[in-house]
Amino acid sequence: MADARAPALPAPALPVDAVLAGDRAAIARALTTVERDPAGPLAAALHRHGGKAHVVGVTGVPGAGKSTLVAALIRAWRARGRTVGVLAVDPSSPLSGGAILGDRVRMDAGPLDDGVFIRSMANRGAVGGLALAASSAVRVLDAAGFDVVVVETVGAGQSEVEIADEAHTTVVVVPPGLGDGVQALKAGILEVADVFALNKADLPGADRAAAQIEAMLKLGHALRDPAWLPPVVRTVAPTGDGVDDLVAAVDAHAAHLRAGDGAGWRARERSRAYAELRRLVLARYEAAVFGAGGARPAAIDALVDALVARAIDVAAAAGAAADEAAARARATG
Amino acid sequence: MAMDRSTAAPPPPADTPIRVLVAKPGLDGHDRGAKVVARALRDAGMEVIYTGIRQTPEMIVEAALQEDVDVVGLSSLSGAHLTLFPRVMDGLRARGLGDVIVIAGGIIPAEDAAPLEAAGIRAIFGPGTSTEAIVAWLREAVAERRAART
Repeated sequence: MADARAPALPAPALPVDAVLAGDRAAIARALTTVERDPAGPLAAALHRHGGKAHVVGVTGVPGAGKSTLVAALIRAWRARGRTVGVLAVDPSSPLSGGAILGDRVRMDAGPLDDGVFIRSMANRGAVGGLALAASSAVRVLDAAGFDVVVVETVGAGQSEVEIADEAHTTVVVVPPGLGDGVQALKAGILEVADVFALNKADLPGADRAAAQIEAMLKLGHALRDPAWLPPVVRTVAPTGDGVDDLVAAVDAHAAHLRAGDGAGWRARERSRAYAELRRLVLARYEAAVFGAGGARPAAIDALVDALVARAIDVAAAAGAAADEAAARARATG
Repeated sequence: MAMDRSTAAPPPPADTPIRVLVAKPGLDGHDRGAKVVARALRDAGMEVIYTGIRQTPEMIVEAALQEDVDVVGLSSLSGAHLTLFPRVMDGLRARGLGDVIVIAGGIIPAEDAAPLEAAGIRAIFGPGTSTEAIVAWLREAVAERRAART
């Protein structure tokens, strides 16, 4: 076996059955386990039990109202008898590694309800950390039987594009008043949004923002799915105005994916699987070359020094780094 | 191919950061102290789930369960701590979370410390406590808890 981590002691029984039965404490601990080890034995054991949930990504700029809108969506889905698992991701501090996870402040308003499970996740800034752990956290909530699994991302950034690889349906939340900000975001956002929520639609500028988004969509921007023009739904999250329409739009997207022989749904499943596989492999190679757990190989530092001294070019350094990692692996393997 | 298969073995899993739920049960809205503590714990590398003000004991227990925290920090400045904190403790035990470390802060008169500790509150950090002292105490207590679990 190539796996150097093979445990010396027999592995403890995995809590697969408890997660499948919906035991909430078991779900919580399973989330901790896969967050720590997203490609470990528990994630592996749960994988074949998934594939039932509709995974909905919610993203948007900081302050767009994502958490409040998710709270409103939870109420709307529960009113329709659907169970909801939520992963609310916030950034870790790059300095301390700690995090303040505050999304529950806006999500906990409802009565206690076993049909809802909310988990806060720090992105832990590690090698592939956010995305890998999020994929396996979705896997836990999916296996636990939640009908809808929501992944709320950190504010705008590259994660907006990543979420589209995590979700079947991606909701981009846009507040009015961004002005040219909408323009700035359009390249990334237009490609990943399946549904736009024009939130805070009671504020001045909502009409203009909605018109801007619709105009950009109609310009014929390269849509991810040529057969689906993303609807723009106006919402006021705290009052719930428009939230039924948003649920209808999200449902309509799922129905679109499943229409006919379900080729759209399978295509999303394939892109989710491909993205996770790719992230995992990249994480392994990154750890192999650059070290894991903050232990940077001396050879990398030497190459950096050589680059700074103009003693080597970057392409040669990259080749040397890969060769050195392979040699190190042969020596230890 | 520069790298063979063994090069790309999975990186070893990292330790889970200490996870802390910071909650304010009851009706007072003074959360400055709780926020200062939350920030200090974050700066010490902990993951702090902040739930905000006006939480019921039942909401706090449910959040502690869903978030699988090591620690619950309760803050109260309303004088209702003798009623609310023990209800949190009872709820945690009822959900099988009796080993979660619960600490308290806010305005808690000295004579109330004994009944709170009897209810299972592990430590009380009143006004003037340095955040360094809280961090150091928590690190030790969580290390003991995690060692006891494995």
